Amino acid sequence: MKRDARKGLLINPIQNGTVIDHITGGEALNVLKIIGITGTTTESISVATNVESGKMGRKDIVKIENRELHKEEVNRIALIAPNASINIIRNFEVCEKKGVEIPCILIGVVRCPNPGCISNTNEPIYSKFEVLPKGLHCLYCDWIITKDITSHLI
Amino acid sequence: MCRNGTAGLLLFRGGCIPMNHIISIRDLSRTEIDHLIDEASCIQSSASIDQSLKGKILALLFFEPSTRTRMSFEAAMARMGGTSIGLDSVEASSMAKGETLADTIRVVSGYADAIVLRHPKEGSARLASEFASIPVINAGDGAGQHPSQTLLDLYTIRQSMPLDGISVGLLGDLRYGRTAHSLAYALSLYGATLHTISPKGLELPGSITDELSKKGTGIVEHRDISEIIETLDVLYVTRIQRERFPDSASYFKVASGYRVTPELLGSVRKNLIVLHPLPRLDEIDPRVDQLPYAQYFEQSRNGIPVRMAMLRKVMG
Ligand SMILES: Nc1ncnc2c1ncn2[C@@H]1O[C@H](COP(=O)(O)OP(=O)(O)O)[C@@H](O)[C@H]1O
Ligand SMILES: [Mg+2]
Ligand SMILES: [Zn+2]
Repeated sequence: MKRDARKGLLINPIQNGTVIDHITGGEALNVLKIIGITGTTTESISVATNVESGKMGRKDIVKIENRELHKEEVNRIALIAPNASINIIRNFEVCEKKGVEIPCILIGVVRCPNPGCISNTNEPIYSKFEVLPKGLHCLYCDWIITKDITSHLI
Repeated sequence: MCRNGTAGLLLFRGGCIPMNHIISIRDLSRTEIDHLIDEASCIQSSASIDQSLKGKILALLFFEPSTRTRMSFEAAMARMGGTSIGLDSVEASSMAKGETLADTIRVVSGYADAIVLRHPKEGSARLASEFASIPVINAGDGAGQHPSQTLLDLYTIRQSMPLDGISVGLLGDLRYGRTAHSLAYALSLYGATLHTISPKGLELPGSITDELSKKGTGIVEHRDISEIIETLDVLYVTRIQRERFPDSASYFKVASGYRVTPELLGSVRKNLIVLHPLPRLDEIDPRVDQLPYAQYFEQSRNGIPVRMAMLRKVMG
């Protein structure tokens, strides 16, 4: 925490939890959304946005107390912040560090923009997208989302 | 990546038993398509009475009006000794009572040996295949897929010529006309060259041209059908819908440039065939019907052997 302290620490150290570092500048709130953290959930969260970073110009950081993210949650982050690193903190120490990997299939993460798609009805299913180089491919109606993925997050 | 080559089998769906669904032409490999076409031609040329689906029951779930597709599946089933059951109208169906398609499919799975589904929502057949314990054949999901149409298009072409390396003109509304999309995709498996002729704004979507060109398919866009008509082996005509135009005057103005007439066919290749998924409006002059090139009624008759082959593939 020394470097941060010298710049004027934005966020207090946490004892246990997860630090998501190197988030694309400005995407922190979308990262929270994509892992399902909203105003109504109980986690204690700190967010720093547009922090200066040697590597990437400006970055965002998210710290979540008392929660260790699962692999699936982590990989969703890759959609909007492919350079993010996940640090699991136990007893104030970084005890696990991993990158994010773009998942092959996204289940229940984004909503299909096609109003005629069966996944936008009351059927008992989750949306299902295949991640392709050109975008997200709806496995129900074959639509492809090529841009602005965050606006389609469920 | 995650989708396996076999029809309708999605590997990532945990615990799902591989089943013979036919949902999209894209789920079928070239070998599987060839196999279905071979089977259809075998069926068509056989003179003996076919009882291969005797005792089998086909559920026809048509949540949207369709006369031809429904009748031809029913006829195909009857020609193999099988029985069909089905909904008569959406109003009379459980959908009107608010039941989900998923529930309807689970229930009907207990009544029949296969389901043929027509539904207004795109992706509905894919959903049905996830909930069915019997094979599902997609007979049209909204603006989505309609694989039996593509198969019968290919079958009709192959009656006249080998499918490999042919030159095919796609004429009309190529943007909204999904039959043209699926056919273009399927023809790319056979190394066809595609010539597209469509009004401004109704061109083949860029996503499709990109995908097919990447696979090595030649796609050439033309403004005027007369530029290319003499070199074509197949001319596939699609309907230009009036609803796409602000008023009927502008519709007629545009549509007249995409009309197939005997004059247009004055110096074409001797073996040219003209196809249309029907029903046609003004796209093909009725005088063309008498010419040897006109194969669209033959094409619609081919719906029977092709659908017989499909039913046999999933239930046989
Ligand atoms: N106990 C803690 N509480 C809150 N944040 C921490 C804690 N320990 C480390 N971090 C933060 O987690 C990130 C990764 O830490 P570290 O591995 O030390 O740095 P780096 O990845 O920059 O080499 C940094 O943003 C750091 O500020
Ligand atoms: Mg750092
Ligand atoms: Zn969709």
